[in-house]
Amino acid sequence: MSCSHNKKMDLKKKKKKLYWAHIWMHGTPSICQLRLILYILHVCSVISRFTPEILRKGIHGDTMTENGCEYRERVLTMDTMNPNVKRVEYAVRGPIVQRAVQIERELKMGIKKPFTEVIRANIGDCHAMGQKPITFFRQVLALCSYPDLLEDGKFPEDAKSRARRILQACGGGSLGAYSTSQGIEMIRQDIARYIERRDGGITCDPDNIYLSTGASDAIVTMLKLLVSGEGMSRTGVMISIPQYPLYSATLAELGAVQISYYLDEDNCWSLDISELRRALQEAKKHCSPRALCIINPGNPTGQVQSRQCIEGVIRFAAAEKLFLMADEVYQDNVYADGCKFHSFKKVLFEMGLEYSEKVELASFHSTSKCYMGECGFRGGYMEVVNLDPEVKVQLTKLVSVRLCPPVPGQALLDVVVNPPQPDEPSYDTFIKERTDTLATLAEKANMTQEILNQVPGIKCNPVQGAMYTFPRIHLPPKAILEAKEKEQTPDMFYCMKLLEETGICLVPGSGFGQRDGTYHFRMTILPPKEKLKIVLAKIKEFHQHFMAQYS
Amino acid sequence: MSISECTMCLLSISEDQNRVLLNFSPLPSLSSPHRNRSAFPAAQGEHLHQKMSENGALPLRGKVLTVDTMNANVKKVDYAVRGPIVQRAVQIEKELKEGVKKPFEEVIKANIGDAHAMGQRPITFFRQVMALCTYPQLLDDNKFPEDAKNRARRILQSCGGNSIGAYTTSQGIDCVRHDVANYIQRRDGGIPSDPDNIYLTTGASDGIVTILKLLTAGEGRTRTGVMISIPQYPLYSASIAELGAVQINYYLNEEKCWSLDISELQRSLQAAREHCDPRVLCIINPGNPTGQVQSRQCIEDVIRFAVKENLFLMADEVYQDNVYAEGCEFHSFKKVLFEMGPEYSSKVELASFHSTSKCYMGECGFRGGYMEVINMDPEVKAQLTKLVSVRLCPPAPGQALMDLVVNSPQPGEPSYQTFIKERTDVLSALAEKAKLTEEILNTVPGISCNPVQGAMYSFPRITLPERAINEAKAKGQAPDMFYCMKLLEETGICLVPGSGFGQREGTYHFRMTILPPTDKLKIMLNKLKEFHQKFTQQYS
Repeated sequence: MSCSHNKKMDLKKKKKKLYWAHIWMHGTPSICQLRLILYILHVCSVISRFTPEILRKGIHGDTMTENGCEYRERVLTMDTMNPNVKRVEYAVRGPIVQRAVQIERELKMGIKKPFTEVIRANIGDCHAMGQKPITFFRQVLALCSYPDLLEDGKFPEDAKSRARRILQACGGGSLGAYSTSQGIEMIRQDIARYIERRDGGITCDPDNIYLSTGASDAIVTMLKLLVSGEGMSRTGVMISIPQYPLYSATLAELGAVQISYYLDEDNCWSLDISELRRALQEAKKHCSPRALCIINPGNPTGQVQSRQCIEGVIRFAAAEKLFLMADEVYQDNVYADGCKFHSFKKVLFEMGLEYSEKVELASFHSTSKCYMGECGFRGGYMEVVNLDPEVKVQLTKLVSVRLCPPVPGQALLDVVVNPPQPDEPSYDTFIKERTDTLATLAEKANMTQEILNQVPGIKCNPVQGAMYTFPRIHLPPKAILEAKEKEQTPDMFYCMKLLEETGICLVPGSGFGQRDGTYHFRMTILPPKEKLKIVLAKIKEFHQHFMAQYS
Repeated sequence: MSISECTMCLLSISEDQNRVLLNFSPLPSLSSPHRNRSAFPAAQGEHLHQKMSENGALPLRGKVLTVDTMNANVKKVDYAVRGPIVQRAVQIEKELKEGVKKPFEEVIKANIGDAHAMGQRPITFFRQVMALCTYPQLLDDNKFPEDAKNRARRILQSCGGNSIGAYTTSQGIDCVRHDVANYIQRRDGGIPSDPDNIYLTTGASDGIVTILKLLTAGEGRTRTGVMISIPQYPLYSASIAELGAVQINYYLNEEKCWSLDISELQRSLQAAREHCDPRVLCIINPGNPTGQVQSRQCIEDVIRFAVKENLFLMADEVYQDNVYAEGCEFHSFKKVLFEMGPEYSSKVELASFHSTSKCYMGECGFRGGYMEVINMDPEVKAQLTKLVSVRLCPPAPGQALMDLVVNSPQPGEPSYQTFIKERTDVLSALAEKAKLTEEILNTVPGISCNPVQGAMYSFPRITLPERAINEAKAKGQAPDMFYCMKLLEETGICLVPGSGFGQREGTYHFRMTILPPTDKLKIMLNKLKEFHQKFTQQYS
C-alpha cells in the first residue's frame, strides 16, 4: 500500500517538475525576472567573485549602514533563532539556581550574608548532597577504566569478573571504543533478565532495550518519534500537572501540544481517570492526542501509584489509542507503608492478551536515582513494548546518529541490573550500603512531611516515594501583589526571598505547573539528616516571618 | 554554473524545500519501503506475524505509532556510517560465531573512526586519573604517580560532593572549562579564550546538533539553509533533515586534493538563496571523510566569505591533532579569525568543536567534547545555556577526560615521558598508515586516492564498470553500496559507500579508516586490491 502511495507521490513530483520546467522555458513575467536576476547574480559572481552590494541588499535587507560605517547584524539573534527553543523552560535549573550560583560566588568573595552556605535542595543530586557511591559499582568502573588494576590483589573477585565481562563486550576490550548505538548487547541482555526478575517472570526481549544518555535522552527520543502533523492534527501529549519540566520543555522544543491533566492534591496527588478523560476531550478540539506520560513514583509530587490506578490508566490508553510513556526512574524509591512499585509492563501483561498485545508502551529507567544516585554517569535505558517493527528500525537509525550512549554509563547500568549475588564476596557490603541509603531516605521522607505539616500555612502530602516533597504554601494577598508588581510568579517571589535570606535553594511550584491560585515549592529530601533538620527549621522560621511581614 | 545547472536548482527547489539534495546527490533514502524490507528481514517477519493476527479473534487495533504517523523528518534522516552495511556486518559476525562458513575468518570494521576497537591502546595517564576519580580510595595507593593523583584530586574537588556521580552544571564543570580555555589560548598563540564561551558536550555531535537547532527557523523561503561540504560527515545531513532545515551542498574539489573553492561556495550559496535563507556555513578541517587539511589562505578566504555573506561559521575541528602530510599544519578558525584583525574578529559568529574521540586519544566511548562560541549574541547565549540545561549535564567522566586532554602531563611531572612516548607512537603510526593506504590503493587500476593529509580516513574514487552499475540499479542499490556489500560478503571488510557522504553524480567512492594495525591494514589493502581487480573483471 505504501508502495503505491510512493508511486503516486513520485508522479506528483514529476508533474511538478514538468510544470516548473515549462515555466522556466516559457515563463510568466515574474519568473522571467527571477531567471534574469539569477543569471545576473551568476555572471557577477564569476566576474568579480563577489555579489555587488546593491543586489545583495535587494535580496537580503540585513546589511545596514549606520553613519557611513558598515554595520553587520548578527546572524543569530533572539529574533532569528529557533522560536521553539525560546519557548523552552526548565525551572529545575532556572533563574533561581542561577542566582544560587551567584550567591555562592559572592560568599566565596567574602560578601556577608545571613548564612554561610547555599543548600541546594532544588535537584535530585544525591552525591552532591553527600550520599556515598556504592563501593562495588565504583570498583568495577575503576577496573574497567584502568584494566591494569585487574592484577591488583586489593579488588574482590566478583568486581574483577564483572569488569572482565564488561570489557570483553567492548570493542578492543576498551571502554573507550564506541558501542553499538542501541547499547552493548551483553548489557541489554542483563537488563532484560533484570526486568524479567522484577516483573515476576514476564518475558523481556533484549532487542526491545535501548540504552540511553540518562533517562532524559530516551524520553526526548520517543517524543521526537511521536511528533507529527500540523494544526488540528498536531501530536498532543498528555502530561500530569505538576510534572517534571523535562516534559514541557521537550514538547515546546518539538512544537508538540502539551495536554495537562491535573493530579488530585487532596487525594495524595493521585491520578483520576475522569480527569484524564476531561483533559483528553478538551484537547481533541485542537490537536491529535497520541501519547500519555506517567511518572511513577511521582516527580515532583512523590506519590506511588496503586495497581488499581495503573490498570485504569492502561484501559484508558487502550480505549483512547494512546501511546504510553512510563517514567519509572524512582522504582526503588518507595518508602510509605502499604505502597509498592508496580511496573506498567508487569501490570500490562497481567491484564491479559487483550491489553498486552495492544498497548504500545515505552518505560524508562536510569542510574541517577534509586539507591545509587549516579547522576554524572548519564546511564539509562528504555524498554519498548509493542512498538511497530518498522518504527523500531527508524528508532534504531535515529539513535545511531549520536553514535552511542556514554560507555561508562552503560557499564554502570550493567552492574546496577547485575549486582553482587548472595554467594559473592561483595554481597554483604553491597546489601548494607543499599539498605542504609534507602532506609535513610525513608526516614528523611517521613521527617520532611512531619516538620513541614507543623507550619501553619504549609500543607504537605506524605512523601510515599521518589526524592521530593511538593508542599502547598499559603501566600498572603499582599505578597501576591508585590510579586505581581515585580513580574514574578508569587512562588518564585517566595523562593527568591527564601534563597536570599536563608541560602536554601528550592524550585517554585510554577516551574512544574499547579492549579491556578495555588502555590507550591519542590524540595529534595536528600540533604544529610542533620542538615535537613536545619533546612526544615529554617524554612519554618522563614515562612512564619514571611507571613507576618505580608499580612 | 551553466543555465542548465540553474534549471536543475530551480527544479529541485520546487520539488521539496526540505530535501534540496535530491537532484544533487544520490543519497539513498532509508525510508523507502524496499530498502527497509531487504535490509531488515527480521523486522519484516514480525510485521507479517502482526498482520496475521488481524484475521484472528483479537480485535484489530492499529498502532498509535507507525511509519505513516511518525515524525516525517525522522524518516528523512540517513546515517550511513552505521547504516545497512554495518548492520549486515554485525549479522555476518554472528553467523561466523555460529560456525557458518565464509571465505574469511573475521569482519574488519574499517567503517568508523573507532581507534580502540581497532587495537589502539588508551593513554595510560588518562586512564589512571579516570580510575582514581571513579574510585577515590585508590588515592591512597602508592602505585599511582603523583601527577595522576593531583589531577584526580583537582577534578574531584570541583565535582558536587567530590563525586563524579554528581550532576555538573549544564555548561560543564567550571574548572574543566577554565582548563579548556587555557588550552585554546596556548594552541592559538595567546589569543584569549573566555571560559564562559566554552560549553562541554556529549561528544562533538551533541554540540553540533545544539548549534544547528538554535539556528533553524523560518518557513518556506525563509527557512534556514545550512551549507555543508560534499562529501560530508553524515551527522550534518542527518541533523539538518531531522530539524527540517535546508541542506545546501558545496562540492570539494577532488582533483585538487579535496580542497575548498570559494567560487564553489559562491555558486551554491546563490543557488540556495532562491529557495531558502542560508545562514550557516559548516567546515570540517581536517576533513572527514576526505582527509584534506585546509591551508591558512583557504581559511582566510572562508572567513571573508562568511563575513560578506552574513553566515554563521561552524568549524568541526575534532581531528586537529591528526595532521600527517609534510607542509600541512592545522590552523584553527579561531586563530586565523583573530589574526585577521578586529574587522573580522569582532564580527564573525563562530562555533568550533572538539572531542575526546579522535586525535591521539581516540576515547570515543566516553563521549567527551566541547565547543567554543565566539561573538554569540548574549541573549542567544542565555538561550543556549537554558537549552542545554534541559539535558542536565554532559557525562561527568567524559568531562574529566576532556580535562586531561587539555591539561596533559607537563615536563618535570613523573608521567610526562610515558605520555609523550605514547602520544608520539600513536600519531606516527597513524602517519605511516596514512601513507601506506594512499600508496597501495593508488597501485590499483581503477582506484585513485588523494593523499591522506589528516584525519583518519581515505576516500578513494573507484571506477565501476557499466554492467556493475546496471546490476546495482536493478537491485535498487547505489552502485557503490553494491560494491561495498559485495566486498563485505567476499572479504569481511566493512567500508562505507561514498553515497553515504555525498559525491558528484556519476562518481563513486568509499570511506575507509586507516586505523587497523599496520600488519592488518596491509592485508586488508591487498584484499581490497584483489577484490577490485576481480570485480572489475567480473563486470566488464
